[in-house]
Amino acid sequence: MKLSIQVNEGPYNHEASVTALNYTKAALEAGHEIFRVFFYHDGVNNGTRYTTPPQDDMHIANSWSELADKHGLDLVVCVAAAQRRGIVDEGEQERNGKDGNNIAPGFRISGLGQLIEAGIQSERLVVFGD
Amino acid sequence: MSILHTVNKSPFDRNSLESCVRLAAKGGAVLMIEDGVYGAMKGTSKSEVVSNAMNDLTFYVLGPDLKARGVDESKLIDGIKVVDYNGFVNLTVENDKVQSWL
Repeated sequence: MKLSIQVNEGPYNHEASVTALNYTKAALEAGHEIFRVFFYHDGVNNGTRYTTPPQDDMHIANSWSELADKHGLDLVVCVAAAQRRGIVDEGEQERNGKDGNNIAPGFRISGLGQLIEAGIQSERLVVFGD
Repeated sequence: MSILHTVNKSPFDRNSLESCVRLAAKGGAVLMIEDGVYGAMKGTSKSEVVSNAMNDLTFYVLGPDLKARGVDESKLIDGIKVVDYNGFVNLTVENDKVQSWL
């Protein structure tokens, strides 16, 4: 079945990022297709490669990147939520005159239309967060 | 048409479990995850929210989240089914829609 995931929480708010990650892994293992994972609100904080937790902590941001690399996932960060929280890719860096970017591998920044499309194209949209 | 409802907050913190149970249509499924698993415990001041609705709704709880909180399955309200992440995925597939009560 074609599924999409919406993540509304950052990796260090409550537990939703990890729940979403575990759910996504289980769905892939069961042979389902993940059409898209959309990161909204504080969920965009999953998508910065500058996250540096202690070495004995689970690295949630890297886990998303690794999963995307392994399964070709489409990880989309909401642009308006990202701008507010300082999540920047090369395009946004240039457009807003920033001195760097921090988007994590496997993530891309795009608009809310991507969430709507995910809702239309997928048979289920599962929302995680606060 | 059946809907899977997910509740991820404790009934002692938010009223999302109560809202969900009040508004969910008969035949639906409710899955308690994260701090929502506290709603599955028997003998609490909120246990009746679930036990009174068991004729109309099927209740599930996410096993790994119970375990993370040290809640033994013997402490659950009778009739609640424990599922793992694979069971969570199956519930989303078996029901026609998923509604997250955030």
